[in-house]
Amino acid sequence: MGDKTDVWQGTLALMILKTLETMGPLHGYGIARRIEQTSGNLLSLNYGTIYPALLKLEQEGSIASEWGLSDNNRKAKFYRLTRSGRKQLEKETQDWERATAILARFISPKEDPV
Amino acid sequence: MKRLRVWIMRLAGMFSQGRRERELADEINSHLQLHIDDNLRSGMTPEQARRNAFLKLGGVELTKQAYREGNTIPFLENLQQDLRFAIRQLRKNPGFTGIAVFVLALGICASVAIFAFVDAALIKPLPYHDSGRLVGVYESVPMFPRSNLSYLDYLDWKKSNTVFSSLEMYNHTGFLLSTPTGAEPALGSRISAGFFRTLGVAPALGRDFHDDEDSLTAPRTVILSYATWQKRYGGKKDILGQTVTLNDLPNTIIGVMPPDFHFAPAEPTEFWTAFHATNSCDKRRSCHNLYGLARLKDGVSIQAALADTTLIAQQLEKQYPDSNRGQGAAVAALSEVIVGEIRPILLMLLGGSGLLLLIASINVASLLLVRSESRKREIAVRNALGASPARLFCQFVTEGLVLAAAGSVIGLVSAHWVMQLLAKLVPKEMMARMPYLQDLGLNARVLAFAGAITLLVVVLFSLIPTFRLSLSEMREGLTESSRGSAGMIWRRLGSKLVMVELATAVVLLVGAGLLGKSLYLLLQVDIGLQPDHLATLQVAAPPKYAKNEQAIALKQQIVGRIASLPGVIAVGTTSNIPVSSNGNTVWFRILGRPWNGEHNEAPQREVSHDYFTTIGARLLRGRYFTEADDATKPLVTIINQALAKQYFPNEDPIGKHISYLSDPPVPMEVVGVVEDIKEGPLDVPTPPVIYAPFNQSPDNDFGLVVRTSQDERFLIPTLAAVIHQIDPGIATSEAITLNDRINDSPSAYLHRSSAWLVGGFAALALLLGVVGLYGVIAYSVSRRTREIGVRMALGAQRSSVYMLIMKEAGWLAAIGIVAGLICSAAATIFMRKLLFGVQSWDVSTLIAVAAVLAVSALTASYLPARRAASINPVEALRAE
Repeated sequence: MGDKTDVWQGTLALMILKTLETMGPLHGYGIARRIEQTSGNLLSLNYGTIYPALLKLEQEGSIASEWGLSDNNRKAKFYRLTRSGRKQLEKETQDWERATAILARFISPKEDPV
Repeated sequence: MKRLRVWIMRLAGMFSQGRRERELADEINSHLQLHIDDNLRSGMTPEQARRNAFLKLGGVELTKQAYREGNTIPFLENLQQDLRFAIRQLRKNPGFTGIAVFVLALGICASVAIFAFVDAALIKPLPYHDSGRLVGVYESVPMFPRSNLSYLDYLDWKKSNTVFSSLEMYNHTGFLLSTPTGAEPALGSRISAGFFRTLGVAPALGRDFHDDEDSLTAPRTVILSYATWQKRYGGKKDILGQTVTLNDLPNTIIGVMPPDFHFAPAEPTEFWTAFHATNSCDKRRSCHNLYGLARLKDGVSIQAALADTTLIAQQLEKQYPDSNRGQGAAVAALSEVIVGEIRPILLMLLGGSGLLLLIASINVASLLLVRSESRKREIAVRNALGASPARLFCQFVTEGLVLAAAGSVIGLVSAHWVMQLLAKLVPKEMMARMPYLQDLGLNARVLAFAGAITLLVVVLFSLIPTFRLSLSEMREGLTESSRGSAGMIWRRLGSKLVMVELATAVVLLVGAGLLGKSLYLLLQVDIGLQPDHLATLQVAAPPKYAKNEQAIALKQQIVGRIASLPGVIAVGTTSNIPVSSNGNTVWFRILGRPWNGEHNEAPQREVSHDYFTTIGARLLRGRYFTEADDATKPLVTIINQALAKQYFPNEDPIGKHISYLSDPPVPMEVVGVVEDIKEGPLDVPTPPVIYAPFNQSPDNDFGLVVRTSQDERFLIPTLAAVIHQIDPGIATSEAITLNDRINDSPSAYLHRSSAWLVGGFAALALLLGVVGLYGVIAYSVSRRTREIGVRMALGAQRSSVYMLIMKEAGWLAAIGIVAGLICSAAATIFMRKLLFGVQSWDVSTLIAVAAVLAVSALTASYLPARRAASINPVEALRAE
């Protein structure tokens, strides 16, 4: 259980950061919704899991939060990317790309000329 | 970095929990609202919209819990909860808590205070450079395994040895210090030039001695101790270069030692002077007056050093048979020299305090056990509601932790006071000889020790109640009604704990009993004189009284003036006041018998003609000295019984002649034999002693012994005043009654203090053990009320109920006592060295201890037994 969750949480954090980068400041519900939409509704997300992840990112200083008003005038807590969050996103994106590239070689290997 | 930030935020989260909780609730609310809004917009009914939003969130409480765990540190949060719960539980029971904390604090206080002494004396390294390679170097003779070196021997050893990187020496001695108001005695040490360099210390002010500053031609120089600099010179910086007059000779002050410097074997020392071999003793190879201090070369062991010095000693023996016959060598680690004597006592005290702590924690542990017994239902309910055994275990550990922490904090604070108090109780002269005790306190090592024992106590506390945390037990807990038979666990484990307590108490009582008996026997030792109503004073007159006639005249004047004081019955003088040391020995031979140059060694005392009658000695044969035994008459001597027995086993020594070793021999006629007078320590058998009349070998340095019909304490200040009237240049010291001298002598003091301390531990242990027994029996009676009621309803007599309870207690006590006696037989073997005149298996002590414990145990169980016997069967049966 531990490993799966770790991977999941890691990717969730990346998704949150990326979402905030593209969308700008957004509340928890909006982030969850956006992640679901971006995944083409392939990911079924318990919206509740987004909050511990947000808390962790905030504790790490990657995002900051602030109460504000939503489009339909509801009070909501808005999260935005901090500077260190941007760096974090850059780094994690690279890591992720590298990891998927490596995995791709395993899954559909090409013979390297010797 | 990031991790650290997360942990800090989490830690901070623990303190702002209320606010965060509210904010989270708001956030979730707003989340749900936004979702519901969306759902409504997409055409759901309000009911569907709500339901879908909650479902999608995955449970509000679950989310909150996950958030909370992320926001704080779960373990710490649990701990915080447990702590709060434990403190609430303990506060609900102030009686239990108070007693438990008090008992624990007592045990911890005793252990920590004693450990602080152990640390200061045995663990803390000596304050010298690489102190493990420092050794004391001695000559060795049968009477004194570590005896002084003579100066000439020292020079030869220094020259010939191959094992020491340096060999230095010190001669702890008394100086006559000239002050504007007259002469004062001051203790000092004459040391060789490299002494401080060998220790690896340097003066804080000024300079150390130069290499050849201890040669005869060098000007006299002195280094002050820090305390002397402060006390006598007000700590003035311009002290260097000034002169101080010691024994009528000017010495230039060249330095001051640092405040924390001390050298126990030569303490107290006010003045460290560079050695000048000028007095008559320094020039004779047969006169031994100094000790060696050396640093071993790298890789050289003490055994190797001993072998090397022994070889040198043997060579010197061949070279100088007259003076060096039988003079061996001894080498010992400096730490052994300094604390060797006190080590077994301290270790025994540490053992005693450890046992006391054991009893104290067992006592509290059994209190906890009783509590856990009565909390059985609570635990079962909490388990049924989902608390895991691990969680319950944590709860118990926390409770133990709170108790132990409170106990150890109070224990530590009181230990701080207790160790200061104990240090103050040590007589000043004794403390001066143990300078390493001066920075006694709660240092890092002592705190670490306190932490370690607290941890042990916590482990013990948490183990005991969790013995019974198995699941089946818990289920039982729900069903078992509170009026069942006395809890089985309690009876099994609790009674065992009490037996351990009683056995431990027995060990401590036996130890205390043996030490007490040793002390009693030590103070009962026949010292061969009547010590009551005797005042003593040491007199040191300046060199102008050094000539024989001058010394005799001075002594006559002093004795005459003091004898005319009101209340004074008799006055005598001796070169060494009794019960001090067996030093100042001479070599002698018996004339008229074959003699092959062997060294018969005996302490020699020069005493005035009325000395023996003054102290109340007992004459066995012959006569005492008279005023007429002076230089104009043939030399005479009085010997003690030990000498008569050893050297004249089957003949009458009176009329025989002995002589000191000289060429040609100078005969002294034995005119009397006195019963042994204790010249040395109380616990050392009296060796053969030779007494010579003062008038035939006078000295300007002697001890005064005065018998008075009044309280001897009142006489003491007058004695010094009278002598200073005669000449303010005469120094007096050691003004003390003979009884105080005996009671404060190191052997008596060490025996007394260890007897008192262990006695104190034993009394507390007895109290705790007996209270523990009372607790077990009382609890057992309370749990058996119904059973006893049934018995009585069926016709049991009150007496048989008494028997029932007393038998239960009797068994516990009997097993405890027997186990304790067996353990103490083993434990006291380690004490043998500390005992005087009593065997470690002293039967009367063992019987007395068993009796004391049996009586206390019976008393403790009588109260609950009476309560059991007075149970009203009707009420007992009707009760729940």
